[in-house]
Amino acid sequence: MTEASRHHATSNVSLAQRAWNIRRKALLMGEVQGQGYIGQALGVADVLAASYFHALEYRSEDPEWEGRDRFLLSIGHYAIALYSVLMEAGILPEDELETYGMDDSRMPMSGMASYTPGMEITGGSLGHGLGIAVGMAMGLKRKSNPAFVYNLMSDGELGEGSTWEAVMSGVQHKLDNLICLVDFNNQQADGPTRDALATGEEEKKWAAFGWHAQRVDGNDLDAVVAAFDAARTTDHPGPRVIIFDTRMCKGVDFLESREITHFVRVEADEWAKALAKLEEGKPQ
Amino acid sequence: MTLASMKRKYEPRRVHTGPNGERVATSAMIASLEAEGYDSVPAPFGNALVEAARKDDKIVGLSADLAKYTDLHVFANAMPDRFYQMGMAEQLLMSAAAGLAREGFNPFATTYAVFASRRAYDFIAMAIAEENLPVKICCALPGLTTGYGPSHQATEDLAIFRGLPNMTIVDPCDADDILGMVPQIAAHDGPVYSRLPRGKVPSVLTRHKPDYRFELGKAQVIRDGKDVLIISTGFMTMRALDAAVKLEADNIEAAVLHAPTIKPFDTETILAEAGKGGRLVVTAENHTVVGGLGEQVARTLLTNGVTPTFRMIGLPDEFLEAGALPTLHDMYGLTTDKVAAQIKSWL
Ligand SMILES: Cc1ncc(C[n+]2csc(CCOP(=O)(O)OP(=O)(O)O)c2C)c(N)n1
Ligand SMILES: [Mg+2]
Repeated sequence: MTEASRHHATSNVSLAQRAWNIRRKALLMGEVQGQGYIGQALGVADVLAASYFHALEYRSEDPEWEGRDRFLLSIGHYAIALYSVLMEAGILPEDELETYGMDDSRMPMSGMASYTPGMEITGGSLGHGLGIAVGMAMGLKRKSNPAFVYNLMSDGELGEGSTWEAVMSGVQHKLDNLICLVDFNNQQADGPTRDALATGEEEKKWAAFGWHAQRVDGNDLDAVVAAFDAARTTDHPGPRVIIFDTRMCKGVDFLESREITHFVRVEADEWAKALAKLEEGKPQ
Repeated sequence: MTLASMKRKYEPRRVHTGPNGERVATSAMIASLEAEGYDSVPAPFGNALVEAARKDDKIVGLSADLAKYTDLHVFANAMPDRFYQMGMAEQLLMSAAAGLAREGFNPFATTYAVFASRRAYDFIAMAIAEENLPVKICCALPGLTTGYGPSHQATEDLAIFRGLPNMTIVDPCDADDILGMVPQIAAHDGPVYSRLPRGKVPSVLTRHKPDYRFELGKAQVIRDGKDVLIISTGFMTMRALDAAVKLEADNIEAAVLHAPTIKPFDTETILAEAGKGGRLVVTAENHTVVGGLGEQVARTLLTNGVTPTFRMIGLPDEFLEAGALPTLHDMYGLTTDKVAAQIKSWL
């Protein structure tokens, strides 16, 4: 069995259901710890569903399979979201969900390659992913390996100079096997991204550097899937970026509508309530 | 927990349960320092900076998307027109602080200790230190003060900055130190790197020594004792003081010499105290044993011909684990109990 691509084609589980499952697992992990970067996980769930159940090739039972598409989580604090999709994809066992964030867990609060199968790089210090992705894309080309490198990064990381060094390098080295995914949730640690360094028209900036650039609603699954398809199949002779405008806490209305901050506080009794709310929106 | 999780990433884990099936693992989210029995002061850095800025209109504040997490938001709220949000760009943070200093301002730049010492080092070295500019770099999460893993554990920041000429380096223990330090580093005409306990910060030193006042460049005896001399810095002075109280029960008298200024180092006081003879000398620091307080003291003693029995308490020369902070402090020997036990074993 089991290149995921084959799996994708034959699976009758819808992407909407996958995204819902990812959100649910993230909430369950948040409940274990009483906190976590749940706003980010809920916001990016649709992008992750499309990544792992539409775009990527991988083998669940062999996370280091040489032919896999590489998926780099540049944003270590989004680990709770990636653990959810890795469980959904069968790369991490679901029965470890309750160890999330515990001492001796394989799922620490911040994503680290040395702890977790399927976690390609160690995050936590932001602004690293795209540079490593450039190197991996160069390496794959040297090996004539046709796999893609995906790098999932945040809008906050657009502030780091290292990001833009990698942006230029990807073009210089004609890395048409590099796809960068930017989760634009308009949030960073101190407040809205728009009040920091990303002051607008990011897709035009990437395009001006020579990237194939798209910007879509990251919570509209059809748009997300179409953007992945375009990024993979374009004959653009260089790297590709998709900027996803996402909504933090998507799928749990009472969290969505509270004052959103970088670290959304959820009270002890609200996790069950959030899971119940999610249940109401379960895809048919 | 092994120190080589890497080799264990393909080993399944279970939820740890106690005898009655209850969950026993500690949550990795526990991130505050255990400081039992001490009062705490909210955001001492932010409040002290507002006060200093009322007296010195050249003071400005900058952060790289971590104002809220370094207590600089207190300053930003009180003096919004003197605060600059630089975005998450630590290299720019340091370059811009250098530029403001060149134009005659007195910038306080904040981020986490890892990002100043690792990401922004060259910019601090060349734009700030080499020019001897009065930029005050104040950084939260020093040493092992988060269980988030190596990306946020600044275990070697003191070593990095000790190697940098012109740098003044402070590792405050508590709120008393911070409140004393801020006006003194504001008045200092050169670059400063300070570690920064943030949020609710315990008040420790005046509890043990009511007339204690921070003095930049000075080490001070907080308590005396004839058997052991603990030379400590940062929150390890709190651990040393608590361990000294514990050791009384075993009739061990431990003196604690608090050395919050790592550079320039108070050689005179260290030599005077360590030179008294007859005491085991132990250093205690929230930092790797490579290149921090311990090695500074060793060098000071050896080059001056003072050679007591000498031991070091500090973090091992490795990337540390992620986990709950109390678990990690126990694992790496930074708890009061572990400090006391170590000292007993050496006597
Ligand atoms: C190099 C670096 N600087 C600062 C931080 C501290 N930090 C952690 S998350 C964060 C916000 C970054 O923006 P983004 O990833 O967009 O945040 P979110 O959308 O999750 O709120 C910051 C500043 C970091 N982890 N790495
Ligand atoms: Mg963001």
